[in-house]
Formats: sequence, structure tokens, C-alpha cells
Amino acid sequence: MTVKQLTELEFFSSVTLPDPERSIDGVYIGDLLSWVMGRASSGDAWITIMSNVNILAVASLADTACIIVAENVKLDDVVIKTAEEKNINIIYSAVGAYETALALSKAL
Amino acid sequence: MSELLNFHFVVDGDDFTCAGQASVQVKKNLRQLGLPPEIIRRVSIAMYEGEINMVIHAGGGVADVNITEDFVEIILADKGPGIKDISQAMQEGYSTATDNIRSLGFGAGMGLPNMKRYTDYMSIDSVVGEGTTITMKVNIN
Repeated sequence: MTVKQLTELEFFSSVTLPDPERSIDGVYIGDLLSWVMGRASSGDAWITIMSNVNILAVASLADTACIIVAENVKLDDVVIKTAEEKNINIIYSAVGAYETALALSKAL
Repeated sequence: MSELLNFHFVVDGDDFTCAGQASVQVKKNLRQLGLPPEIIRRVSIAMYEGEINMVIHAGGGVADVNITEDFVEIILADKGPGIKDISQAMQEGYSTATDNIRSLGFGAGMGLPNMKRYTDYMSIDSVVGEGTTITMKVNIN
């Protein structure tokens, strides 16, 4: 499924989708950025509760399909603006990482 | 081996929010050169870890990336405090980062181990009180 299609499901909402047709091929959950960068695969939807701007570099380097910010954590405007510039998709999830992953598991 | 390309970056130690810019730029450059995605991923991850380390521990530094026909070489040099015990620093989970750094998602003690894992060659030249130079190579073929 595409990141755009994901935002149409319950719990999910679009923050910025500069690359809406990007396909989601898998899921990775983690908040320690070195772990995520080393272990997330290209095309994964990355579920995290981290909200600082460094998540953008990690998503870019690991080539994830999108960042899903879980637990209703909100991002600063400057992070969102930078994501648009760097072509990084970001989606909010209104539920925790586990429930978010379950929803993805059903959808993928 | 003739050197095909060199990129030089100054890594700003004051602004944590800018950390990673050099790595992201290198990733773009390597992609434009048409290198295999797995090589690009390994180079950019190793370089990002090094870049973050320079920002966290050393107040910034300089990064040079040399691309030859056979390998990509990354040289990271700083004038930070140096590494007292390199074998300890190489252990997964060992970190001297502050709680503030950890709250940003860093300081897991994975930086140097990741750099080693993702490269074919890595050497650390460090003098306490003077600084650290790390050289890494990722073979292209």
C-alpha cells in the first residue's frame, strides 16, 4: 500500500506527504536512532515517538517510506517544514506503537 | 588508485539540529554517481554515526569523503577530547553521552560499533586532549 492510502485508515492522519505514492514494504519500530538507522529497511514505515529534527536525517539515510509518529506526539512546525523540503513523508498515529503496528499488519 | 572525487564538509559542533547534513549530502552525491543502494546505505549510515559523534563529543570537526573506483573512503577528524579507551568505546552499549543527548534518541552506545559493522575497514587514531581521526572504507566491488 502507499503512504497516502495509509493516511485514509482509522488512527492515521497526514502531516506532510511530499512523496504520497511511496510504497510501504514493511514496518520498523524504535526510538534509539542508531538502532533504527542500522536496522530499519528501505521502504519500511518507521513507528517512533521521537519528535526532534534528527528523525529526518535517520529516515532519509535509512530510506524509510515514512515516519509514523505514534501516541499523538506532535511535531514542531520547523520539523514538518524541513521534512517537506527533504522529501520525507510523515504521518501521525493517534494510538500507541503496538496498536499502530497491528493496524499496519492488517492493512499490508 | 586514482581518486575520482572528493567531498569536504565542515561539521558544525554548535547546532545539534544540523547534524547529519553532510551524510545526507554524501548520500545524494553517491546516488547521482549511480553507486549500488547497499553501498550508499552503508557509507551514509557509517558517516552519520561519525558525524553525530563529532557533534556530541568533540564540538564538531571536518569530514572528507574520497571516492575511487574500488572504494569509498570517509575520514572524520576532530579536535575534541579524544578517546581514552578505544576497546571500551567499541563495545555495544557503552556510551559517555549525557542524559540530554539520550533524550534525543542518541547515546545508545551503538555509534562506533555501527561504523565498524557497516564498513570494510575502520581505524581510530585518537590522542587524549588533542582529538580523534577515524578512517573508514567501504569497498565498492
